[in-house]
Amino acid sequence: MEDITRDIVNKDYEYGFTTDVETEVIDKGLSEDVVRLISEKKGEPEWLLEFRLQAYRYWAGQKQPEWGHLDMPEINYQDISYYADPTKSAMSGDSKEIDPELMKTFDKLGIPLEERMALAGTAVDAVMDSVSVKTTFSAKLKEMGIIFMSISEAVREHPDLVREYLGSVVPYRDNYFAALNSAVFSDGSFVYIPKGVRCPMELSTYFRINARGTGQFERTLIVCDDDAYVSYLEGCTAPMRDENQLHAAIVEIVVKENAEVKYSTVQNWYPGDKNGKGGVLNLVTKRGHLRGANSRLSWTQVETGSAVTWKYPSCVLSGDNSQAEFYSVAVTNNFQQADTGTKMIHIGRNTKSTIISKGISAGRSQNSYRGLVKVAPSAQGARNYSSCDSLLLGSKCGAHTFPYMDVRNSSAIVEHEATTSKISEEQLFYCQQRGINTEDAVSLIVNGYAKDVINKLPMEFAVEAQKLLGVSLEGSIG
Amino acid sequence: MSGTKQYTDFYDNVRDTLFARSCDVMNAQRQAALDRFRWLGFPDRKSERYKYTDVGLDFEPDYGIALTALTDELPSHCYRIGSAPVDVTPYYNTIADHNDAVVCLNTMLSVDTLLVHIPRNTRPQHPIQISNILKGTNDTMVNRRLLIILDEGAQADIIITDRAVNDSRFLTNQVIEAFAGENSNLNIYEIEETHLLCTRYSNIYIHQDRNASVRHTSLSLFNGHTRNTCTVRLAGEGAEVSLNGCVIADKMQHVDNNTRIEHLVPHCTSNELYKYILDDSAVGAFAGIVYVSEGAQKTSSSMTNANLCATDSARMYTQPMLEIYADDVKCSHGSTVGQLGDDALFYMMQRGIGIDEARLLLKSAFITEVIETIPLQPLRDRLHFQVDKRLRGELSKCEGCKLCK
Repeated sequence: MEDITRDIVNKDYEYGFTTDVETEVIDKGLSEDVVRLISEKKGEPEWLLEFRLQAYRYWAGQKQPEWGHLDMPEINYQDISYYADPTKSAMSGDSKEIDPELMKTFDKLGIPLEERMALAGTAVDAVMDSVSVKTTFSAKLKEMGIIFMSISEAVREHPDLVREYLGSVVPYRDNYFAALNSAVFSDGSFVYIPKGVRCPMELSTYFRINARGTGQFERTLIVCDDDAYVSYLEGCTAPMRDENQLHAAIVEIVVKENAEVKYSTVQNWYPGDKNGKGGVLNLVTKRGHLRGANSRLSWTQVETGSAVTWKYPSCVLSGDNSQAEFYSVAVTNNFQQADTGTKMIHIGRNTKSTIISKGISAGRSQNSYRGLVKVAPSAQGARNYSSCDSLLLGSKCGAHTFPYMDVRNSSAIVEHEATTSKISEEQLFYCQQRGINTEDAVSLIVNGYAKDVINKLPMEFAVEAQKLLGVSLEGSIG
Repeated sequence: MSGTKQYTDFYDNVRDTLFARSCDVMNAQRQAALDRFRWLGFPDRKSERYKYTDVGLDFEPDYGIALTALTDELPSHCYRIGSAPVDVTPYYNTIADHNDAVVCLNTMLSVDTLLVHIPRNTRPQHPIQISNILKGTNDTMVNRRLLIILDEGAQADIIITDRAVNDSRFLTNQVIEAFAGENSNLNIYEIEETHLLCTRYSNIYIHQDRNASVRHTSLSLFNGHTRNTCTVRLAGEGAEVSLNGCVIADKMQHVDNNTRIEHLVPHCTSNELYKYILDDSAVGAFAGIVYVSEGAQKTSSSMTNANLCATDSARMYTQPMLEIYADDVKCSHGSTVGQLGDDALFYMMQRGIGIDEARLLLKSAFITEVIETIPLQPLRDRLHFQVDKRLRGELSKCEGCKLCK
C-alpha cells in the first residue's frame, strides 16, 4: 500500500530524485568571510570581490520586502550554505572529465551533456548547485565569435566584458534579493553575441539544485551586440525535500542596436508536497535593457514549479523604436504561491510593449499577476497592450491581478484588460459528450487557454511545457 | 510625526468644548480614535492605499479648525445625530476604517454628524441635497461627518455638493458611513466645484444588505487636491453596487480615487466606471480593487478606467486590481490611457468644425458616458451644462474669487 502511495506522489514531480555525488559544501551562514571564501574558491579578481562585498554590506543593512501577495515561510539566511560544488574532484587539474554520476543525473533529466547525443541545434550549459558542470558546443560557437560559457569561466577569460556589463542592468542596490545574489552568486551562464552574428543554435542553461541545506544563486548575463540575434532557454529542477530551498537568481540582458533576444524559461523547481511542505523559494530578478534603436526582447515563461515564485522579468526600453514582449503562463496547484508579472519601462521614442499573462490556479494555491507599465515623458508615441487572464480550478484557490500604470506622456497609448473566470461548463460538457473524460477535457481546455504563450516557445520546449501543464494540474479536478 | 502632533495638541486644548458641543455617541469614540491616530500617524507613500497622495503634506499647514455644530432646523429625514429617531450606536463609526489615520482624525475632531434616516418602505418626495459651502477669512479645516441609514425597502437620492466661496485655503476631511438595508435603493452623487487651494479628503464606507442597490457617483469638476476613498461591503446576497466617477483636472490639480469593493456573499454584482481628463500639470490616480472572498460564488464584477492625457506634464497612475478567492465568478477590468482619436478629430475638421471645438466635443462625449448613468434627469442636464462649461474653462470663473481671474 505504501509503495502505491509513494508511486502516486512521485509521479507528480518526476525530477524529485537526488544524486549521490561527492559535493563540497561550505559551512552554513553568511558573513563577509563567506563572501571572501566564495570569491577565493572561484579565483576571482579583486574588483569582483569588491563588488560582492559592497553588495553584501548593502544587503546586510536591508530588510526582506513583504509587499508580495505571498505567505512566505521565514528564511533563516544563516542556515543556508552559500556554496556547493559537486564537481570537486573533476575540477582539479585541467581534466574536463565529468563525474559519471553527474552525467547520469543530467541524462535522467533529459539533458545530454555529450555533444553527439544532444538535440541538434541546442548548446547547453549545465549548472548543478553552485557550479557549472559542462558547457557543450562552446568550441563550435567560438568559431563564430560567440562566447557561451559559465560566468566563472568568463570572469577568467573575458574579464573586461564581464566587468563592463555585470550589474549594469540590475545593480546590486536594486532590491533585497538582487543584493543577496550579487554578494554570493555562484555560477550561471555568460553569453556574448558579437556584432552582426545570428546565433545558429538555441543556447540553453539547465539549473539543478542537488545538495541539501544549500541555496542556488546563479547569475546569467547575456549581451547581444548590434544586429545580432540569440534565442536562450532556461530550465530548472530540484529534488523533493521537506525543507524550503532558496533560489535567488539574477538574469541581465543587454540588447544593442537592431539586435534581438528571445529568452524562454520553463521553471519546474520542486513545488512542495500536497500539504505544502518543502519546495523551492524562487525569488528572482530578471531584467533586460534595450539600449539600441530597433532592438527587441521577448520573455516567455512557463512557471509550474516552486513553492513560492516572486519574479518579474522586466524590460527597460531606452532605444528608440525598441519592442518588448512578455508572455507568461503561471500554474499553481496545492499550496503553491506565485506573484509574478513584468515591468515595462518606456523611455525611448515609439517604443512598444506587449504583455500576455495567463494564470491558472488550482488546489489551495494563490496566483497573482503584478505588473508595471511606466511611460516616461521622453517616450513619445509609446504603446503598450496588456492582457492578463486568470483561470480558477476549484473553490479554494485564489487569483489576483495588481497592474500598475504610470503614464507621463500625452502621446502614449496604454491599455490593460483582465478577466477572471472558471472553465465553462459548456466547454466541459462538449468534451464529455464526445467521450473525453473530465481530466483530459480540463487538460485540453487549459492547453488551449495557454496556447498564446506556448506557441512562443521553441518547439522542444513547447512540447515539454504542454506536458508539464497536464502534470501540474493532475488531481485538481473533482 | 510632527504633523500629527499639531492635531493631538489641538484636541487636548479643545477637548472640553468638543465634548460640550457634541453628543454621547460621538464623544464615546473620541478617546479611542485619538489613541489610534497617535499610534498610526499619517500614512506615507509607502503604504499601498496612499501610494499616490502625500497625506502628511496635505495636513501639514496650520489650519484653523472649525468646531461648529449643525443647526436644529433640518429638512425631513435629516437629523443631528444627537436627536436621532433611532439608536445609532450600532451604526456610528462601525464600518469606517479604524486603521486609517485620516478617518481617526475625523472621529476625533468632528463636532456633529448629519444623519439621514429613511424609514422602512419610504421614499422622500424630493432628492436630498447637502450643500457644503466653505467660507472663511482664514485657512480652515473642516471635519465633516455623515451617517446614512436606509431601512428595509427605503429609497433615497442624496446629492452632496462642495463649494468654496472665497479664496482661503480649505482642508475638508469628510467621512460618510452608509447602511443600505434589505431591498433598499440608495443613490449618492458628489459634486466637487471648489478652487485650487482646496484640499479634500473623503472616505466613504457603504454596507449593503440583501438585494440592496447602491449607486455612488463622484464628479470632480474643479478642485485643488482631492483624495476620495470608497469602500463597499456587499454583505447580503443579490446586492448590487455601481461606482462611477469623472474627473476633469488641469493646472496643478491632483485627484486620487481609491475604491475597494468586497464581495462577501454569493450572487452580488458590482460595476465601476471612472473617467479622467487631465490637462496642464494635473495628476490623476485611480486605484480600484475588487475583492471576492471565499464562497462568494456567482459574483459578477466589471471595472473600467479610461483616461485622456492632454499634455506631457500631466501624469496618470492607474491600478485596477482583482483579488479573488472563489472560482465561479466573472470578473473583468480594463484600463486605458490615451488621447482623442485622430480619425474622429479629422472627421469633424473635414466638416468645418475647428480643432478646438472638435476636441471639446470629443471630451464632452467622453465624460457623457459617466453622466448618462445618472437616473435623475434634472441633475443630468445640469451636469452636462457644468461639464461643458468646465471644458471651456469657464467654470472656474466664479464671482468674487481672485484666484480664477
